[in-house]
Amino acid sequence: MTSSPMPAPTASQPAVDADHAPKDPGLQPGSLVSGLPKGAPGETMIAIDGISKWYGDFKVLTDCTTKVAKGEVVVVCGPSGSGKSTLIKCVNALEPFQKGQITVAGTKVLDKSTNLPKLRSRVGMVFQHFELFPHLTITDNLTIAQRKVLGRGSEDAKKRGLDLLARVGLGAHAHKYPGQLSGGQQQRVAIARALAMNPVVMLFDEPTSALDPEMVGEVLDVMVELAKEGMTMMVVTHEMGFARKVADRVIFMDRGEIVEDATKDEFFGSPRSERAQTFLSKILQH
Amino acid sequence: MNYNWNWSIFFDQSPEGTGTYADMLLSGLYWTIVTALCAWAIAFTLGSVIGVLRTLPSKTANAIGTTYVEIFRNVPLLVQMFLWYFVLPEMLPRGLGDAVKQMPDAPFYTAVVCLGFFTASRVAEQVRAGIQALPRGQRMAATAMGFTTAQTYRYVLLPNAYRIILPPMTSEFLNNLKNTSVALTIGLLELTGRARSMQEFSFQVFEAFTAATLLYVAINLVVVVCASLLERAVTIPGQR
Repeated sequence: MTSSPMPAPTASQPAVDADHAPKDPGLQPGSLVSGLPKGAPGETMIAIDGISKWYGDFKVLTDCTTKVAKGEVVVVCGPSGSGKSTLIKCVNALEPFQKGQITVAGTKVLDKSTNLPKLRSRVGMVFQHFELFPHLTITDNLTIAQRKVLGRGSEDAKKRGLDLLARVGLGAHAHKYPGQLSGGQQQRVAIARALAMNPVVMLFDEPTSALDPEMVGEVLDVMVELAKEGMTMMVVTHEMGFARKVADRVIFMDRGEIVEDATKDEFFGSPRSERAQTFLSKILQH
Repeated sequence: MNYNWNWSIFFDQSPEGTGTYADMLLSGLYWTIVTALCAWAIAFTLGSVIGVLRTLPSKTANAIGTTYVEIFRNVPLLVQMFLWYFVLPEMLPRGLGDAVKQMPDAPFYTAVVCLGFFTASRVAEQVRAGIQALPRGQRMAATAMGFTTAQTYRYVLLPNAYRIILPPMTSEFLNNLKNTSVALTIGLLELTGRARSMQEFSFQVFEAFTAATLLYVAINLVVVVCASLLERAVTIPGQR
């Protein structure tokens, strides 16, 4: 497995005039994250407490328990069908679960009195297939939820959206439609769109799995930067290079169970379970 | 064939005394168009609501949508016209039923409501198909950003679904326009009804129905041209 090289930030390069600026310079210097809640770094942001989920008779999640602390980056890995995407979608109640409880920044997910749209607006999510809204321009994709969900004014929303777009290196594409961008570019827009809502945590559901190999790096760059800026992240991915570089902890899942929940060094150094060992030996041998 | 062709018949006075036969046909065309547009307003609005109901997670909403579609889609339009016009007023309380029967332009209002409800069941199926054709992730992404269900439909699902179903919706609109002719059976003086009156008054059956045919083709072609302009106007750059 090859880890993608990180291009140096372009800050040191001389400024070029706008007309001749490269169309896609990649990640730009500046801040991706703003308005993170105050609080001690060790504070729990996501508490997953004994959740189980069935599709009819089929049990997809069995008694999963874990915690993600503020500023922590947790990578969730495991073979396909192991329930990792389902687990992450339970965190913002995109998937309902029948047993247990998840608490996000102090709010219980499985509670009648919880305003789910409000909770979800504080949890950024990035999908495998980007899911930008194809009928809206990039600018509108970045602003629509800010305006309609958070009630921000158009000018504020646009400023926030375009700032983030420039940060992910796509400032020149604001007027385009998603179908006119490459997969990697669309995924960077999707990350910017989620960040525009000032989320307290970010969930990534296999963000690079649908990308051509040469575009994986540009998306991971943004995620690495996000991790460095202290964003709390839960990432379902097969990119073990990314896990090694930025993860604090790795959760390994198999057949709907959390089999291993360890620090990065423990997991890659000496995985305890046989299933994790087999998985690692399979995906790391290339 | 022993038939006296007379193409100048259109310029003869009709026995109704309100103008020529051409005027009579054109007034029929006018009522065809007005009926079609009013019925479409009902069909589009109600059909969209029913179509959305069929795609909601709620079982009750699904059941209501499915029941509506199966009732209005599976009973022949002609039977529905008779039910609305002849049967419904008898089922109502006496005073109300009499008021309905004596309403001026009753055939027109009945035709609009009946055709609107009938076409709504077909529009509903198109809307449902359009929504279900969208990637599942679109609804998820909108939900994950904090959109309510109503916002998800308003800002994400429907704008994309309507674009997908524009070609079959054009067909539905054309069907709706042509189906207005069924209303001649309840006495609406629309184009086909007028062509038949002309035939009965003048015995020039070929001229009357040739003219009606050409008028139907002409307005439908106008619709087709408008629809393709609309299609071009709402095409999203970068999509196939």
